[in-house]
Amino acid sequence: MSGGDAIPEFSKAKSGDGQDVSLTNLSAFAGGPGVKSGAEVAAILVVAVVIIGGIELALRIFHVPQYIMPPPSAIVYALFDEFPLIAPHLGYTLVELFSGFAIGAVVGLLMAAVITQFPFAEKIVAPYILILVTTPMLALVPLLILRFGFGYTPRIIAVALAAGPMVMINAATGFRRVDSAKIALARSYGASTLQIFWKIRAPMALPMILVGLMIGAIFGLLTAVGAEMVGGGFGLGNRLTSYSSMIQMPQFFAVVLILSTLGILIYVLFFLIGKKWASWEA
Amino acid sequence: MNTGSARTPKLGVQAASKVYTTASGDLLALDRCSLDVHANEIVSIVGPSGCGKTTLLWSMSGLHRLTSGAILLDGKEVTGPRPEIGIVFQEANLLPWRNLDANINFPFEIKGEKPDRAWIAHLLHRVGLDGFGGKFPRELSGGMQQRAAIVRALALKPSVLLMDEPFGALDSFTREEMNRLVEEIWLDTKTTIVFITHSIEEAIFLSDRVVVLTARPGRVAKVYDVPFPRPRSLEIMATKEVFDLTNRIKMDIVGERRPKAQEQLEHKSAEIVRIRP
Repeated sequence: MSGGDAIPEFSKAKSGDGQDVSLTNLSAFAGGPGVKSGAEVAAILVVAVVIIGGIELALRIFHVPQYIMPPPSAIVYALFDEFPLIAPHLGYTLVELFSGFAIGAVVGLLMAAVITQFPFAEKIVAPYILILVTTPMLALVPLLILRFGFGYTPRIIAVALAAGPMVMINAATGFRRVDSAKIALARSYGASTLQIFWKIRAPMALPMILVGLMIGAIFGLLTAVGAEMVGGGFGLGNRLTSYSSMIQMPQFFAVVLILSTLGILIYVLFFLIGKKWASWEA
Repeated sequence: MNTGSARTPKLGVQAASKVYTTASGDLLALDRCSLDVHANEIVSIVGPSGCGKTTLLWSMSGLHRLTSGAILLDGKEVTGPRPEIGIVFQEANLLPWRNLDANINFPFEIKGEKPDRAWIAHLLHRVGLDGFGGKFPRELSGGMQQRAAIVRALALKPSVLLMDEPFGALDSFTREEMNRLVEEIWLDTKTTIVFITHSIEEAIFLSDRVVVLTARPGRVAKVYDVPFPRPRSLEIMATKEVFDLTNRIKMDIVGERRPKAQEQLEHKSAEIVRIRP
């Protein structure tokens, strides 16, 4: 402790505190959809009606064949008509997403929390984490299928591999945001290392952790669907390849609609969590 | 409360030296600083910026280990943070994710003790923060944040309060208001206070003694007694005695930088002399 003390600093944001590594920042929360007024919501709905109605009209006027672009009404009809058949596949995809994401997020969070305690180890590991973040895990799916077969296993592994590093790199950025004055405050009351972690470091890291979880979940969805398209007989990705090979375009777009809804739900979920627990940051 | 004999200072700083190890070599921040703070006394420490004032205070609090020398609280060496010592940090240092109540409860949470509700309510009332318990730091002005920080520091009933440039970021009116508040609290509790500031006026208004540190490495250059009666009114603060004392301290601090300044001044006057004839 004696020689290791740092010169007391009170600067608000130290440069090089990891902000440079983050893939995104909290503008995702601060500048997100937010709470819109009634008039704004009405305007958004009007625009949606105009655009969707316009597409419907144009497709019908110009007699565009369904295999090129089905009209919105046909997509909505297919969504309801085909839903009983699609629903189990939605379930499979969700199972893969949830289990893969849970594994990836837990491992990523733990690694971030541990590795940031050891700056030297962190420097050594950083390039490898970067490789994990930047390599599309989809590329490994054929290999995983070869090893684990066409079941859930290769997909869950791929989702975990895609989500984990995203969670880790962002959470690490959060844990690295050390505020020496706040840690000194806790220490002045005799706080243990564990107390400093739970009461200072973790809350300070929370906004970045949430950003990491959100990006991880969206990457996980992407990877799950992609892996399903590569091989295996179930999941929403499998439906996409199957419907397009049978030129069932309304059903194909119905699945796309479900996928984008999933993505939006993930975003909204983390947006709401961030608003509740990390709004102090904004 | 004061268990030591009259001779034992409340807080003793004995030949305190502190070396920081930095990337560009060792940095001597404090050089054999010695200072006694007696019970129920307010002592201010002033000095040029970067002279080790904060280092001295953090060492007194047990947050930093001295490289050599010792800090004695009631005659016993301070080797780590002590519950009898409360700290008020620069810029309030509240936790932004906690509301005021939760911020003030923070020390009790760390210690695993039940907060003394009545005492906290009394303190909040004293500093004029009744009814603000549910507010978050970002919703409060700088002055209010610092009031909350003072309540947090006093909540554990420390016998020594260390204040590290607490009002440096406040505007001058708020600062004067806060100074009066500190004086009132002191008149109430007679807590021993060590107050670090770069405002000489603030130091004189609050203190029984003002300690002037030298530029880095920090050494005790001079100690001034401030004999004016309390509570100190605006009238007292406007007297010639206060004015003279302020100037003497200012000269001491400026004198610390004299070699260079003097050189420049002499150089200039020489030029003027040459031009004149």
